[in-house]
Formats: sequence, structure tokens, C-alpha cells
Amino acid sequence: MKFLTSLAVFFISWEVFYHLLINDPFLLSPPSKVIPTFLQLLLGKDELFFIPLDTLHSLYHYAYGFLVALSTGLSLGLVAGLYRSFRDFIHPTIELLRPIPPIAWIPISIMLFKLTHSAAAFIIFIGAFFPILINTIHGVSSVERKYIEAAKTLGAKTRDVFFKVVIPASLPSIFTGIRIASGVAWMCVVAAELFGVSQFGLGYKIQLARYYHSMDVLIAYMLAIGIVGLTLDHFYRSLEKKFLKWRRGLTIE
Amino acid sequence: MSDVLVVKNLYKRFGEVLVLDGISFNVKEGEFVSILGPSGCGKTTLLRIIAGLEDYEGEVLLENKLVNSPGQDRVMVFQDYALFPWKTVFENISFGLEVKKFPKKVIKERTEKILKLVGLQGFENFYPHEISGGMKQRVALARAIICEPRILLMDEPLSALDAQTRNYMQEELIRIWKEINCTILYVTHSIEEAIFLSDRIVVLTKRPAKVKKIVNVNLERPRDRFSNEFVRLKAEIHKDVKDEFELV
Ligand SMILES: Nc1ncnc2c1ncn2[C@@H]1O[C@H](COP(=O)(O)OP(=O)(O)OP(=O)(O)O)[C@@H](O)[C@H]1O
Ligand SMILES: [Mg+2]
Repeated sequence: MKFLTSLAVFFISWEVFYHLLINDPFLLSPPSKVIPTFLQLLLGKDELFFIPLDTLHSLYHYAYGFLVALSTGLSLGLVAGLYRSFRDFIHPTIELLRPIPPIAWIPISIMLFKLTHSAAAFIIFIGAFFPILINTIHGVSSVERKYIEAAKTLGAKTRDVFFKVVIPASLPSIFTGIRIASGVAWMCVVAAELFGVSQFGLGYKIQLARYYHSMDVLIAYMLAIGIVGLTLDHFYRSLEKKFLKWRRGLTIE
Repeated sequence: MSDVLVVKNLYKRFGEVLVLDGISFNVKEGEFVSILGPSGCGKTTLLRIIAGLEDYEGEVLLENKLVNSPGQDRVMVFQDYALFPWKTVFENISFGLEVKKFPKKVIKERTEKILKLVGLQGFENFYPHEISGGMKQRVALARAIICEPRILLMDEPLSALDAQTRNYMQEELIRIWKEINCTILYVTHSIEEAIFLSDRIVVLTKRPAKVKKIVNVNLERPRDRFSNEFVRLKAEIHKDVKDEFELV
């Protein structure tokens, strides 16, 4: 209910704002136009702008880059979290590369991968990699020693300590990293697609809609991006709830 | 009765600081021995050495084998419990069996038996932050005794509890000790607790710790804290150690 009210207020203000101050369909579209367009594009009433197909393409770019970031970020983070000397060794490099925005990598990416899905995935990888890496390192390196010692005196070998203590103890931090990374990755999808790495994708179609001066289509695609991003975040939240059941009541959330 | 644990000329330094200064004592099979010493004298360090968590100079022998790494034959109950917050009460207790790869059925049976022994039935599926301090203490104890260690090392396990719960838990501990027939080395800085629980008390000096004396407690069990002998022994130990530390 609150959810619907919040959206209703937003759409009404937007409608009023449009009629009072803009009133030019080439500058902005009101929701009374965008929402019908959105529904039509969702149902495939237009050959060029078909939201479900573009969503699939964007999700493909997202999954490609994100999974590569997840596997490399997690493994590197685990090793760096466990071994202080390795952590100190890679720290300066991480700190140098981390502030470079993913978008700044676009020219290099296009040169390396040409206009392919991999070029988009590379940008997304850059965006998702650092949050996962940093949070994994933080989680693993801050596992309290007392848990490791308790496990050892209870007969745990190195392997058990890793899988039954280090991993579960650092999981909250790892999940935080994954969620931040997912958000960044989704923003990178749009940015990467703007540069025409493929002929489909939500980001690419925004660019195309601008070219055709179809404001309602452009904004309908923006809405789609928002909805998919929200859904992804919900997905990770529900995973987190499932795997971190023990945190309920331990934190104020 | 044979010695389970022998500590001979044990020295421990942290950098330049000498903490343990030639400690020697033994613990016999089935015995309840307390280590009594002032705060900061090195009691935790002593237990950690026996648990295999610290290196040392001298000899620590568990059934004639030199101690040099942690193992299930010397399980430690930590001063702050160190229960795994991501595991339920049941999973915490069965940890020692799980890492030894016992079949699921055996784990379930033995864990349920221990749950009953320490009086935690009905709390299997609670997480540590959902139970009281006294219950956490029981979980920590259960998690240790399920491994059937040759010696159980307990580091001031009751010091975080209120006085009433503490007295009750002391009685519970004695009941459990008798029921499973284990050997316990128990660290405390309370004279009364040491007398109530132990067969023998190893009294340490302040840092660097030496063995000041070893007291035999020949009082019948169950012990009465207000009996004449109890009070007399308390006063005697108190007189011995009052230049070392101020105590309850
Ligand atoms: N890892 C360490 N590095 C350096 N010094 C240490 C270390 N661990 C303990 N110490 C020192 O050794 C001494 C003994 O510490 P320990 O924890 O064994 O005392 P304790 O008798 O258990 O004290 P308490 O009654 O307060 O628990 C202290 O002075 C402490 O500062
Ligand atoms: Mg201590």
C-alpha cells in the first residue's frame, strides 16, 4: 500500500510538473504518455523497441561481467584475506585502480574486445570486481581469532577452519560486497551499451530513442532499467536472508 | 591413579616479559584441579599452552606425549565462550563430531544425549544470541565434553555470570563431572569457587607466576559453603595469598 502511494504521488507530481512547466513532447514526456508506451513496448507492439528482448540482452551482459567479477573477486579476496603479506602486496595496486570509474575503461575495452558482448562485460566486470574484492578481504581478515582457536581445540583441521569458520564468519561482509557490486554492475550495463557494443540492450535503445527523438520510448526504457535493477536487488536480499538467517535479531536491521 | 597431565618447569615469555616462571604440577585421572591466581598473572596463558595454542619452554606432557598443537584430547572452554554465532545450539555442540566425520545418525544421538546432560533440550535450534549467559555457558561446556577429551580445560567459565547463577552452575558442573567421569583443569580467581569445586588447588603468585603452594581440599561432597571446615580453609588460603592479591 505504502509502495503504491509513494509511486502514485511521484507520477502525479511528474504529470503536473510537465504540464505546468515543460509542455513540449520533445523535451520530456508525461507519465500519461510514458506508461501506455511502456506497456506497448513490453508487449512487442513495436519491432525496433521490444523491451523484453533488450532486457535479456542487458541481463546477459550483466551476468557475464558480474560472474567473472564474482569468481575472480572472491578467490583473490579469500587469498588476500587469509595471507597478510599478499594483502599488503596487492594493496597499493588496488588503491590505484579502484578510483578509476568503469566508464573511463570504455575506450580500452572497445579496443581490446571490439564491439562485442565481451566489451560490455569488461566494463561491468571492472565495476563489480572492486566491491566484491574489498568486502571479501575485509570479511576474511576480520574473522575473530577466538573462533579459529575454538575450532582448532575442538579438533578442526585447516580445511574445516576454512569452510566451517572463516567462510561463514565472513559471509555477511561478502554479501554486502555482492549487493554493492550488483548495483554498480547494473549501472555499468547501461553505460557500456550506450557505446554500441551490441545492437540490443536497454542502454543501447535509450541512445537509439534519443536519435529518433521519441521521449516516451526513452523514458519507458529508463523505467525498465529501474525495475530490473530493483528486482536484482530484491533477489540478493532474499538470498542474504536465507543464508544469514542467524543474523536476525543480532543487528538492528 | 595415573597422571593425565604433567607440567614440568614451564616458562613462557611474551617478548621480554616473563609471564610463567617455572611452573610444575600434575593432574591425575578423574581429578578436579583448580588454578587460582590474581588477575593478569598468566592463568589464561597457562591453559592456552596446555591447549596447544601457544609455544613454550619446558615440558607439558599429556599421557606422556609432549603437547605441541591443539587437539580433541585437550578441549578448552574459553573465558568468553567463543560460541559460533552462525551455528545453532545443536550445531555448536555437534561441531567436534562433525569435523571428525561421524555419521549423521551418531552425531544426532550423541548430541541429544549431551543436550539432556547439560539441560538444554528444547533450545537446539536457538542461535547463541538468543539464549542467556548461563545457557551459553552450558553450550560451551557441552561442545567441549562431546569430544570426550582426556582433560577439560576451563578458563574462568563462570566469571561472567551473576552470583546466584554462578553458584547454581558450580553445582551443575560437579554433577556433570561426576556423571561423565572426566578430568578437569579449572582456572579461577575466586578462593571460594576453587574450594567448592576442586580436589586440589594450585595457587599461583602474581606475574611472573610461580606455584606458591598446592592445597589438598579434603572436604566431603556435596560441599557446604558455610560449614566450619569450608570457612576455615578459605581463611587459611586467604592468609597465604593476601600479599599476592586481594580476593573475595
Ligand atoms: N599475546 C600476548 N602478547 C603479549 N603479552 C601477552 C599476550 N597474552 C597475554 N599477555 C600478557 O601476559 C600476562 C598474563 O595474561 P593472562 O591473560 O594469561 O592472565 P590471566 O591470569 O588469565 O588474567 P585474567 O585473570 O585477567 O584473565 C598479562 O600481563 C598479559 O598482558
Ligand atoms: Mg584469563
